[in-house]
Amino acid sequence: MSAPLLEARGLTKSFGAVPVLRGVDVVVPAGSVTCLIGPSGSGKTTVLRSLNGLETPEAGTVRIGDVAVDWATRPGRRAVSALRDQSGMVFQAHNLFPHLTVLDNVTSGPVLAQHRDRAEARAEARDLLERVGLADKADAYPVQLSGGQQQRVGIARALATRPRVVLFDEPTSALDPELVGEVLRVMQSLAAEGWTMVVVTHEMRFARQVADQVLFLDGGVVVEQGPPSEVLVEPREARTRQFLQRLLDPL
Amino acid sequence: MNGIDWDLVRRSLLPLLEGLVRGTIPLTVITFVLGLALAVLLALMRLSGNPVVSGIARAYVSIIRGTPLLLQLFIIFFALPSLGVTLDPWPSAIIGLSLNVGAYASEAVRGAILAVPRGQWEAAMTVGMDRRTTLRRVVLPQASRIAVPPLSNTLISLVKDTSLVSAITVTELLRTAQQIAAPTFDFFTLYGLAAVYYWVVCLVLSFGQTRLETRLSRYVAA
Ligand SMILES: Nc1ncnc2c1ncn2[C@@H]1O[C@H](COP(=O)(O)OP(=O)(O)OP(=O)(O)O)[C@@H](O)[C@H]1O
Ligand SMILES: [Mg+2]
Repeated sequence: MSAPLLEARGLTKSFGAVPVLRGVDVVVPAGSVTCLIGPSGSGKTTVLRSLNGLETPEAGTVRIGDVAVDWATRPGRRAVSALRDQSGMVFQAHNLFPHLTVLDNVTSGPVLAQHRDRAEARAEARDLLERVGLADKADAYPVQLSGGQQQRVGIARALATRPRVVLFDEPTSALDPELVGEVLRVMQSLAAEGWTMVVVTHEMRFARQVADQVLFLDGGVVVEQGPPSEVLVEPREARTRQFLQRLLDPL
Repeated sequence: MNGIDWDLVRRSLLPLLEGLVRGTIPLTVITFVLGLALAVLLALMRLSGNPVVSGIARAYVSIIRGTPLLLQLFIIFFALPSLGVTLDPWPSAIIGLSLNVGAYASEAVRGAILAVPRGQWEAAMTVGMDRRTTLRRVVLPQASRIAVPPLSNTLISLVKDTSLVSAITVTELLRTAQQIAAPTFDFFTLYGLAAVYYWVVCLVLSFGQTRLETRLSRYVAA
Protein backbone atom coordinates (compact mmCIF):
# COMPACT_ATOMS: atom_id res chain seq x y z
CA MET A 1 0.00 0.00 0.00
CA SER A 2 1.29 3.47 -0.85
CA ALA A 3 1.79 6.12 1.82
CA PRO A 4 -1.26 8.16 2.75
CA LEU A 5 -1.46 11.61 1.13
CA LEU A 6 -1.78 13.43 4.45
CA GLU A 7 -0.28 12.28 7.70
CA ALA A 8 -0.30 14.23 10.94
CA ARG A 9 1.23 12.72 14.05
CA GLY A 10 1.19 13.74 17.69
CA LEU A 11 -0.26 17.22 17.25
CA THR A 12 0.02 19.04 20.55
CA LYS A 13 -1.13 22.56 21.25
CA SER A 14 -2.15 24.71 24.19
CA PHE A 15 -3.61 28.16 24.35
CA GLY A 16 -1.85 29.67 27.34
CA ALA A 17 -1.94 27.03 30.04
CA VAL A 18 -4.94 25.23 28.54
CA PRO A 19 -4.05 22.13 26.54
CA VAL A 20 -6.28 21.98 23.48
CA LEU A 21 -4.67 19.19 21.46
CA ARG A 22 -3.04 16.36 23.33
CA GLY A 23 -1.40 14.21 20.69
CA VAL A 24 -3.74 13.99 17.72
CA ASP A 25 -3.05 11.77 14.70
CA VAL A 26 -4.83 12.27 11.40
CA VAL A 27 -4.06 9.98 8.48
CA VAL A 28 -5.81 10.62 5.19
CA PRO A 29 -5.39 8.43 2.10
CA ALA A 30 -5.49 10.13 -1.28
CA GLY A 31 -8.97 10.54 -2.70
CA SER A 32 -10.72 9.93 0.60
CA VAL A 33 -13.01 12.01 2.78
CA THR A 34 -12.30 12.36 6.50
CA CYS A 35 -14.86 13.92 8.80
CA LEU A 36 -13.87 15.39 12.15
CA ILE A 37 -16.72 15.43 14.61
CA GLY A 38 -16.94 16.22 18.29
CA PRO A 39 -18.42 18.58 20.84
CA SER A 40 -17.80 22.30 20.80
CA GLY A 41 -14.34 23.14 22.10
CA SER A 42 -13.00 19.63 21.50
CA GLY A 43 -10.28 20.97 19.21
CA LYS A 44 -11.64 20.20 15.72
CA THR A 45 -10.87 23.63 14.30
CA THR A 46 -7.45 23.63 15.91
CA VAL A 47 -6.60 20.27 14.33
CA LEU A 48 -7.72 21.48 10.91
CA ARG A 49 -5.76 24.73 11.20
CA SER A 50 -2.69 22.82 12.33
CA LEU A 51 -2.75 20.95 9.02
CA ASN A 52 -2.09 24.19 7.12
CA GLY A 53 -0.16 26.15 9.71
CA LEU A 54 -2.83 28.71 10.54
CA GLU A 55 -2.21 27.43 14.06
CA THR A 56 1.26 26.60 15.27
CA PRO A 57 1.29 23.41 17.35
CA GLU A 58 4.03 23.00 19.93
CA ALA A 59 4.79 19.50 18.78
CA GLY A 60 3.84 16.97 16.18
CA THR A 61 4.42 16.55 12.47
CA VAL A 62 2.33 17.21 9.40
CA ARG A 63 3.13 15.80 6.00
CA ILE A 64 1.14 16.36 2.83
CA GLY A 65 2.55 14.59 -0.20
CA ASP A 66 6.29 15.11 0.10
CA VAL A 67 6.13 18.37 2.04
CA ALA A 68 6.61 17.85 5.76
CA VAL A 69 6.81 20.10 8.79
CA ASP A 70 8.00 19.12 12.25
CA TRP A 71 6.34 21.60 14.58
CA ALA A 72 8.73 20.85 17.43
CA THR A 73 11.60 22.38 15.43
CA ARG A 74 9.78 25.73 15.12
CA PRO A 75 9.71 25.77 11.32
CA GLY A 76 10.19 29.14 9.60
CA ARG A 77 7.69 31.03 7.51
CA ARG A 78 8.93 29.47 4.27
CA ALA A 79 8.52 25.90 5.45
CA VAL A 80 5.05 26.61 6.78
CA SER A 81 3.89 28.28 3.58
CA ALA A 82 5.26 25.39 1.55
CA LEU A 83 3.04 23.12 3.62
CA ARG A 84 0.10 25.50 3.36
CA ASP A 85 0.40 25.54 -0.42
CA GLN A 86 -0.47 21.85 -0.47
CA SER A 87 -4.00 22.47 0.76
CA GLY A 88 -6.97 24.75 0.23
CA MET A 89 -9.35 25.88 2.93
CA VAL A 90 -13.05 26.61 3.15
CA PHE A 91 -13.98 28.66 6.19
CA GLN A 92 -17.12 28.65 8.28
CA ALA A 93 -17.51 32.39 7.65
CA HIS A 94 -16.46 32.02 3.97
CA ASN A 95 -13.96 34.91 4.29
CA LEU A 96 -14.43 35.93 0.67
CA PHE A 97 -12.64 39.11 -0.36
CA PRO A 98 -15.49 41.65 -0.32
CA HIS A 99 -13.79 44.14 -2.64
CA LEU A 100 -13.31 41.59 -5.43
CA THR A 101 -15.85 40.09 -7.78
CA VAL A 102 -16.70 36.43 -7.55
CA LEU A 103 -14.41 35.67 -10.49
CA ASP A 104 -11.54 37.68 -9.01
CA ASN A 105 -12.01 35.88 -5.71
CA VAL A 106 -11.65 32.55 -7.46
CA THR A 107 -8.60 33.65 -9.48
CA SER A 108 -6.95 35.36 -6.50
CA GLY A 109 -4.81 32.33 -5.67
CA PRO A 110 -3.80 31.33 -9.21
CA VAL A 111 -3.12 34.90 -10.37
CA LEU A 112 -1.89 36.81 -7.31
CA ALA A 113 -0.05 34.00 -5.55
CA GLN A 114 0.82 31.38 -8.13
CA HIS A 115 1.40 33.87 -10.95
CA ARG A 116 -0.29 31.63 -13.47
CA ASP A 117 -1.40 32.94 -16.83
CA ARG A 118 -4.32 35.27 -16.20
CA ALA A 119 -6.49 34.27 -19.14
CA GLU A 120 -5.99 30.60 -18.41
CA ALA A 121 -6.75 31.11 -14.71
CA ARG A 122 -9.95 32.97 -15.55
CA ALA A 123 -11.09 30.23 -17.90
CA GLU A 124 -10.39 27.64 -15.25
CA ALA A 125 -12.19 29.76 -12.63
CA ARG A 126 -15.27 29.92 -14.85
CA ASP A 127 -15.24 26.15 -15.10
CA LEU A 128 -15.04 25.91 -11.33
CA LEU A 129 -17.92 28.36 -10.92
CA GLU A 130 -19.90 26.26 -13.37
CA ARG A 131 -19.18 23.19 -11.25
CA VAL A 132 -20.48 24.86 -8.09
CA GLY A 133 -23.50 26.14 -10.00
CA LEU A 134 -22.57 29.83 -10.08
CA ALA A 135 -21.51 30.43 -13.67
CA ASP A 136 -23.89 33.38 -13.88
CA LYS A 137 -22.47 35.10 -10.76
CA ALA A 138 -18.91 35.63 -11.98
CA ASP A 139 -19.21 39.41 -12.01
CA ALA A 140 -21.22 39.77 -8.80
CA TYR A 141 -19.68 40.94 -5.53
CA PRO A 142 -19.85 38.58 -2.54
CA VAL A 143 -22.29 40.83 -0.71
CA GLN A 144 -24.81 40.30 -3.52
CA LEU A 145 -24.92 36.54 -2.93
CA SER A 146 -26.83 34.35 -0.50
CA GLY A 147 -24.92 32.55 2.23
CA GLY A 148 -25.03 29.29 0.31
CA GLN A 149 -23.75 30.93 -2.84
CA GLN A 150 -20.97 32.67 -0.92
CA GLN A 151 -19.87 29.37 0.53
CA ARG A 152 -19.86 27.75 -2.91
CA VAL A 153 -17.63 30.57 -4.16
CA GLY A 154 -15.41 29.86 -1.16
CA ILE A 155 -15.16 26.26 -2.33
CA ALA A 156 -14.35 27.31 -5.89
CA ARG A 157 -11.68 29.68 -4.58
CA ALA A 158 -10.12 26.89 -2.52
CA LEU A 159 -10.09 24.50 -5.50
CA ALA A 160 -8.62 27.08 -7.88
CA THR A 161 -5.10 26.71 -6.48
CA ARG A 162 -5.23 22.99 -7.38
CA PRO A 163 -4.59 21.85 -3.81
CA ARG A 164 -3.87 18.24 -2.99
CA VAL A 165 -6.22 18.35 0.00
CA VAL A 166 -9.20 20.57 0.73
CA LEU A 167 -9.88 21.48 4.36
CA PHE A 168 -13.41 22.48 5.39
CA ASP A 169 -14.22 24.02 8.78
CA GLU A 170 -17.94 23.66 9.40
CA PRO A 171 -18.81 25.00 5.96
CA THR A 172 -22.55 24.91 6.59
CA SER A 173 -22.80 25.93 10.25
CA ALA A 174 -23.34 29.60 9.52
CA LEU A 175 -26.03 28.95 6.92
CA ASP A 176 -29.79 29.08 7.11
CA PRO A 177 -31.06 25.49 7.14
CA GLU A 178 -32.60 25.69 3.67
CA LEU A 179 -29.19 26.65 2.19
CA VAL A 180 -27.22 23.81 3.75
CA GLY A 181 -28.17 21.28 1.10
CA GLU A 182 -26.78 23.17 -1.88
CA VAL A 183 -23.34 23.36 -0.23
CA LEU A 184 -23.31 19.75 0.92
CA ARG A 185 -24.31 18.58 -2.55
CA VAL A 186 -21.34 20.41 -4.05
CA MET A 187 -19.05 18.80 -1.47
CA GLN A 188 -20.55 15.41 -2.19
CA SER A 189 -19.85 15.82 -5.89
CA LEU A 190 -16.25 16.83 -5.15
CA ALA A 191 -15.85 13.69 -3.09
CA ALA A 192 -17.22 11.67 -5.99
CA GLU A 193 -14.69 13.32 -8.31
CA GLY A 194 -11.93 12.06 -6.08
CA TRP A 195 -10.87 15.17 -4.16
CA THR A 196 -9.14 14.47 -0.88
CA MET A 197 -11.10 16.25 1.82
CA VAL A 198 -10.89 16.82 5.56
CA VAL A 199 -14.20 18.14 6.85
CA VAL A 200 -15.11 19.43 10.30
CA THR A 201 -18.85 19.10 10.45
CA HIS A 202 -21.93 18.57 12.54
CA GLU A 203 -23.84 17.22 9.54
CA MET A 204 -24.09 13.56 10.47
CA ARG A 205 -26.02 12.57 7.37
CA PHE A 206 -23.23 14.01 5.24
CA ALA A 207 -20.62 12.19 7.31
CA ARG A 208 -22.50 8.92 7.06
CA GLN A 209 -23.04 9.14 3.30
CA VAL A 210 -19.79 10.72 2.12
CA ALA A 211 -17.02 10.07 4.64
CA ASP A 212 -14.58 7.22 4.29
CA GLN A 213 -13.50 7.67 7.88
CA VAL A 214 -14.81 9.59 10.87
CA LEU A 215 -12.67 10.90 13.73
CA PHE A 216 -14.46 11.66 16.95
CA LEU A 217 -12.57 14.24 19.01
CA ASP A 218 -13.15 15.08 22.62
CA GLY A 219 -10.94 17.03 24.98
CA GLY A 220 -8.15 17.32 22.43
CA VAL A 221 -7.75 13.62 21.72
CA VAL A 222 -9.18 11.32 19.07
CA VAL A 223 -11.48 9.16 21.12
CA GLU A 224 -12.65 6.93 18.33
CA GLN A 225 -12.12 6.58 14.62
CA GLY A 226 -13.18 4.34 11.80
CA PRO A 227 -15.64 4.11 8.94
CA PRO A 228 -18.89 5.98 9.53
CA SER A 229 -20.80 2.72 9.60
CA GLU A 230 -18.93 1.92 12.82
CA VAL A 231 -18.28 5.25 14.53
CA LEU A 232 -21.66 6.76 13.77
CA VAL A 233 -23.84 3.68 13.83
CA GLU A 234 -22.39 1.45 16.50
CA PRO A 235 -19.79 3.44 18.42
CA ARG A 236 -17.55 1.58 20.84
CA GLU A 237 -16.88 4.47 23.19
CA ALA A 238 -19.41 5.80 25.68
CA ARG A 239 -18.40 9.42 24.95
CA THR A 240 -19.10 8.94 21.25
CA ARG A 241 -22.50 7.41 22.01
CA GLN A 242 -23.31 10.26 24.35
CA PHE A 243 -22.31 12.87 21.77
CA LEU A 244 -24.38 11.25 19.00
CA GLN A 245 -27.31 10.83 21.34
CA ARG A 246 -27.24 14.54 22.17
CA LEU A 247 -27.19 15.44 18.48
CA LEU A 248 -30.20 13.24 17.79
CA ASP A 249 -32.12 14.48 20.78
CA PRO A 250 -30.94 17.95 21.85
CA LEU A 251 -33.65 18.24 24.49
CA MET B 1 -16.01 100.18 12.42
CA ASN B 2 -17.01 101.91 9.26
CA GLY B 3 -18.73 99.15 7.32
CA ILE B 4 -17.37 96.94 4.57
CA ASP B 5 -15.21 98.48 1.86
CA TRP B 6 -16.82 96.76 -1.13
CA ASP B 7 -14.29 98.13 -3.52
CA LEU B 8 -11.52 96.55 -1.49
CA VAL B 9 -13.46 93.29 -1.49
CA ARG B 10 -13.74 93.40 -5.27
CA ARG B 11 -10.06 94.16 -5.68
CA SER B 12 -9.04 91.40 -3.26
CA LEU B 13 -11.10 88.52 -4.60
CA LEU B 14 -8.71 87.59 -7.37
CA PRO B 15 -5.41 87.92 -5.47
CA LEU B 16 -6.84 85.85 -2.64
CA LEU B 17 -8.04 83.24 -5.12
CA GLU B 18 -4.52 83.19 -6.46
CA GLY B 19 -3.15 82.64 -2.96
CA LEU B 20 -5.57 79.74 -2.62
CA VAL B 21 -4.94 78.16 -6.00
CA ARG B 22 -1.19 78.70 -6.12
CA GLY B 23 -0.41 78.31 -2.44
CA THR B 24 -2.92 76.62 -0.20
CA ILE B 25 -4.26 74.01 -2.60
CA PRO B 26 -0.97 72.72 -4.05
CA LEU B 27 0.54 72.69 -0.55
CA THR B 28 -2.42 70.66 0.66
CA VAL B 29 -2.35 68.21 -2.22
CA ILE B 30 1.41 67.66 -2.21
CA THR B 31 1.76 67.28 1.53
CA PHE B 32 -1.31 65.07 1.80
CA VAL B 33 0.04 62.65 -0.80
CA LEU B 34 3.54 62.63 0.73
CA GLY B 35 2.09 62.43 4.23
CA LEU B 36 -0.12 59.52 3.29
CA ALA B 37 2.80 57.57 1.87
CA LEU B 38 4.69 58.26 5.09
CA ALA B 39 1.63 57.26 7.11
CA VAL B 40 1.36 53.87 5.41
CA LEU B 41 5.07 53.31 6.00
CA LEU B 42 4.75 54.28 9.69
CA ALA B 43 1.66 52.12 10.12
CA LEU B 44 3.42 49.11 8.62
CA MET B 45 6.44 49.79 10.84
CA ARG B 46 4.16 49.83 13.89
CA LEU B 47 2.59 46.54 12.80
CA SER B 48 5.87 44.89 11.74
CA GLY B 49 6.34 42.91 14.93
CA ASN B 50 9.97 44.02 15.11
CA PRO B 51 10.27 45.96 18.39
CA VAL B 52 13.02 48.27 17.13
CA VAL B 53 11.21 49.16 13.93
CA SER B 54 7.86 49.68 15.62
CA GLY B 55 9.57 51.59 18.43
CA ILE B 56 11.06 54.06 15.96
CA ALA B 57 7.66 54.64 14.38
CA ARG B 58 6.01 55.00 17.77
CA ALA B 59 8.60 57.54 18.94
CA TYR B 60 8.29 59.53 15.73
CA VAL B 61 4.52 59.75 15.98
CA SER B 62 4.75 60.66 19.64
CA ILE B 63 7.21 63.51 19.03
CA ILE B 64 5.35 64.97 16.07
CA ARG B 65 2.00 64.79 17.81
CA GLY B 66 3.46 66.11 21.03
CA THR B 67 4.92 69.32 19.62
CA PRO B 68 3.27 72.27 17.86
CA LEU B 69 3.30 72.30 14.08
CA LEU B 70 4.35 75.94 14.11
CA LEU B 71 7.38 75.04 16.21
CA GLN B 72 8.27 72.21 13.81
CA LEU B 73 8.12 74.65 10.90
CA PHE B 74 10.34 77.13 12.79
CA ILE B 75 12.88 74.41 13.49
CA ILE B 76 13.04 73.43 9.83
CA PHE B 77 13.14 76.97 8.48
CA PHE B 78 14.92 79.04 11.14
CA ALA B 79 16.93 76.54 13.19
CA LEU B 80 18.26 74.07 10.63
CA PRO B 81 20.42 76.74 8.93
CA SER B 82 22.55 76.89 12.07
CA LEU B 83 23.32 73.22 11.40
CA GLY B 84 24.27 74.15 7.88
CA VAL B 85 20.97 73.06 6.30
CA THR B 86 19.29 75.96 4.61
CA LEU B 87 15.95 75.36 2.93
CA ASP B 88 13.73 77.73 0.99
CA PRO B 89 10.27 78.49 2.36
CA TRP B 90 8.39 76.12 0.06
CA PRO B 91 10.55 73.03 0.64
CA SER B 92 10.49 73.81 4.37
CA ALA B 93 6.72 74.03 4.31
CA ILE B 94 6.32 70.82 2.31
CA ILE B 95 8.66 68.90 4.58
CA GLY B 96 7.11 70.24 7.78
CA LEU B 97 3.52 69.64 6.75
CA SER B 98 4.23 66.20 5.26
CA LEU B 99 6.03 65.00 8.38
CA ASN B 100 3.08 66.23 10.40
CA VAL B 101 0.36 64.68 8.24
CA GLY B 102 2.31 61.43 8.17
CA ALA B 103 2.24 61.17 11.95
CA TYR B 104 -1.45 61.95 12.32
CA ALA B 105 -2.61 59.87 9.36
CA SER B 106 -0.52 56.88 10.44
CA GLU B 107 -2.82 56.33 13.39
CA ALA B 108 -5.83 56.31 11.07
CA VAL B 109 -4.09 53.94 8.66
CA ARG B 110 -2.97 51.64 11.47
CA GLY B 111 -6.46 51.53 12.92
CA ALA B 112 -7.91 50.76 9.51
CA ILE B 113 -5.45 47.94 8.87
CA LEU B 114 -6.23 46.44 12.26
CA ALA B 115 -9.94 46.73 11.50
CA VAL B 116 -9.68 44.38 8.52
CA PRO B 117 -10.87 41.04 9.90
CA ARG B 118 -8.28 38.35 10.65
CA GLY B 119 -10.20 36.00 8.39
CA GLN B 120 -9.16 38.09 5.41
CA TRP B 121 -5.46 37.58 6.20
CA GLU B 122 -6.07 33.89 6.72
CA ALA B 123 -8.04 33.46 3.51
CA ALA B 124 -5.27 35.22 1.58
CA MET B 125 -2.66 32.97 3.18
CA THR B 126 -4.60 29.82 2.34
CA VAL B 127 -4.74 30.74 -1.35
CA GLY B 128 -0.96 31.14 -1.19
CA MET B 129 -0.41 34.89 -0.98
CA ASP B 130 2.67 36.10 0.86
CA ARG B 131 2.48 38.96 3.37
CA ARG B 132 3.27 41.64 0.83
CA THR B 133 0.67 40.54 -1.68
CA THR B 134 -1.89 40.10 1.08
CA LEU B 135 -1.29 43.66 2.21
CA ARG B 136 -1.40 45.15 -1.27
CA ARG B 137 -4.28 43.16 -2.73
CA VAL B 138 -6.46 42.26 0.23
CA VAL B 139 -5.80 44.33 3.33
CA LEU B 140 -4.94 47.83 2.10
CA PRO B 141 -7.88 48.07 -0.34
CA GLN B 142 -10.26 47.27 2.50
CA ALA B 143 -8.38 49.40 5.00
CA SER B 144 -8.55 52.38 2.65
CA ARG B 145 -12.32 52.28 2.78
CA ILE B 146 -12.26 52.13 6.57
CA ALA B 147 -9.75 54.98 6.68
CA VAL B 148 -11.74 57.40 4.54
CA PRO B 149 -13.60 59.16 7.37
CA PRO B 150 -10.57 59.72 9.65
CA LEU B 151 -8.33 60.65 6.71
CA SER B 152 -10.93 63.12 5.48
CA ASN B 153 -10.69 64.80 8.85
CA THR B 154 -6.92 64.88 8.53
CA LEU B 155 -7.23 66.43 5.08
CA ILE B 156 -9.65 69.10 6.25
CA SER B 157 -7.37 69.95 9.17
CA LEU B 158 -4.46 70.11 6.76
CA VAL B 159 -6.19 72.70 4.56
CA LYS B 160 -6.41 74.95 7.59
CA ASP B 161 -2.97 74.06 8.95
CA THR B 162 -1.32 75.20 5.72
CA SER B 163 -2.08 78.72 6.94
CA LEU B 164 0.72 78.27 9.50
CA VAL B 165 3.35 78.29 6.78
CA SER B 166 2.59 81.98 6.26
CA ALA B 167 4.84 82.36 9.32
CA ILE B 168 7.81 81.05 7.32
CA THR B 169 7.01 83.44 4.45
CA VAL B 170 5.27 81.04 2.09
CA THR B 171 2.73 82.95 0.05
CA GLU B 172 -0.56 81.17 0.44
CA LEU B 173 -4.07 82.33 1.20
CA LEU B 174 -3.54 83.77 4.68
CA ARG B 175 -0.28 85.51 3.83
CA THR B 176 -1.86 87.00 0.73
CA ALA B 177 -4.64 88.38 2.93
CA GLN B 178 -2.09 89.81 5.37
CA GLN B 179 -0.16 91.46 2.58
CA ILE B 180 -3.23 93.09 1.06
CA ALA B 181 -4.53 94.16 4.47
CA ALA B 182 -1.28 95.64 5.80
CA PRO B 183 -1.30 98.93 3.84
CA THR B 184 -5.08 99.41 4.24
CA PHE B 185 -5.35 98.31 7.86
CA ASP B 186 -8.66 96.68 6.87
CA PHE B 187 -7.89 93.34 8.49
CA PHE B 188 -11.55 92.58 9.10
CA THR B 189 -12.43 92.51 5.41
CA LEU B 190 -9.39 90.57 4.27
CA TYR B 191 -9.36 88.00 7.05
CA GLY B 192 -13.11 87.62 6.66
CA LEU B 193 -12.69 86.92 2.96
CA ALA B 194 -9.88 84.46 3.62
CA ALA B 195 -12.09 82.67 6.16
CA VAL B 196 -14.83 82.31 3.55
CA TYR B 197 -12.36 80.83 1.07
CA TYR B 198 -11.12 78.27 3.60
CA TRP B 199 -14.65 77.39 4.55
CA VAL B 200 -15.74 76.83 0.96
CA VAL B 201 -12.79 74.53 0.32
CA CYS B 202 -13.63 72.50 3.42
CA LEU B 203 -17.30 72.33 2.41
CA VAL B 204 -16.32 70.94 -0.97
CA LEU B 205 -14.06 68.38 0.70
CA SER B 206 -16.81 67.27 3.08
CA PHE B 207 -19.12 66.80 0.13
CA GLY B 208 -16.46 64.79 -1.69
CA GLN B 209 -15.95 62.66 1.42
CA THR B 210 -19.62 61.72 1.52
CA ARG B 211 -19.61 60.76 -2.13
CA LEU B 212 -16.44 58.73 -1.79
CA GLU B 213 -17.82 56.86 1.22
CA THR B 214 -20.95 55.98 -0.72
CA ARG B 215 -18.94 54.79 -3.68
CA LEU B 216 -16.55 52.69 -1.63
CA SER B 217 -19.32 51.03 0.34
CA ARG B 218 -20.91 49.47 -2.73
CA TYR B 219 -19.48 46.03 -2.02
CA VAL B 220 -20.12 46.13 1.71
CA ALA B 221 -23.21 44.76 3.40
CA ALA B 222 -25.71 47.45 4.37
N1 LIG C 1 -7.07 31.72 19.74
C1 LIG C 1 -7.44 31.07 20.84
N2 LIG C 1 -7.06 31.52 22.06
C2 LIG C 1 -7.42 30.87 23.19
N3 LIG C 1 -8.15 29.75 23.21
C3 LIG C 1 -8.55 29.24 22.04
C4 LIG C 1 -8.23 29.87 20.80
N4 LIG C 1 -8.77 29.15 19.79
C5 LIG C 1 -9.41 28.12 20.39
N5 LIG C 1 -9.28 28.16 21.72
C6 LIG C 1 -9.81 27.16 22.67
O1 LIG C 1 -9.34 25.91 22.28
C7 LIG C 1 -10.35 24.92 22.46
C8 LIG C 1 -10.59 24.19 21.16
O2 LIG C 1 -11.05 25.10 20.21
P1 LIG C 1 -11.50 24.68 18.76
O3 LIG C 1 -11.93 25.92 18.09
O4 LIG C 1 -10.45 23.88 18.11
O5 LIG C 1 -12.75 23.76 19.05
P2 LIG C 1 -13.83 23.20 18.05
O6 LIG C 1 -13.89 21.75 18.30
O7 LIG C 1 -13.57 23.65 16.68
O8 LIG C 1 -15.17 23.86 18.61
P3 LIG C 1 -16.46 24.39 17.83
O9 LIG C 1 -17.30 23.20 17.53
O10 LIG C 1 -17.11 25.26 18.84
O11 LIG C 1 -16.00 25.13 16.63
C9 LIG C 1 -11.57 25.65 22.96
O12 LIG C 1 -11.64 25.47 24.35
C10 LIG C 1 -11.30 27.08 22.63
O13 LIG C 1 -11.91 27.93 23.58
MG1 LIG D 1 -14.55 24.96 15.36
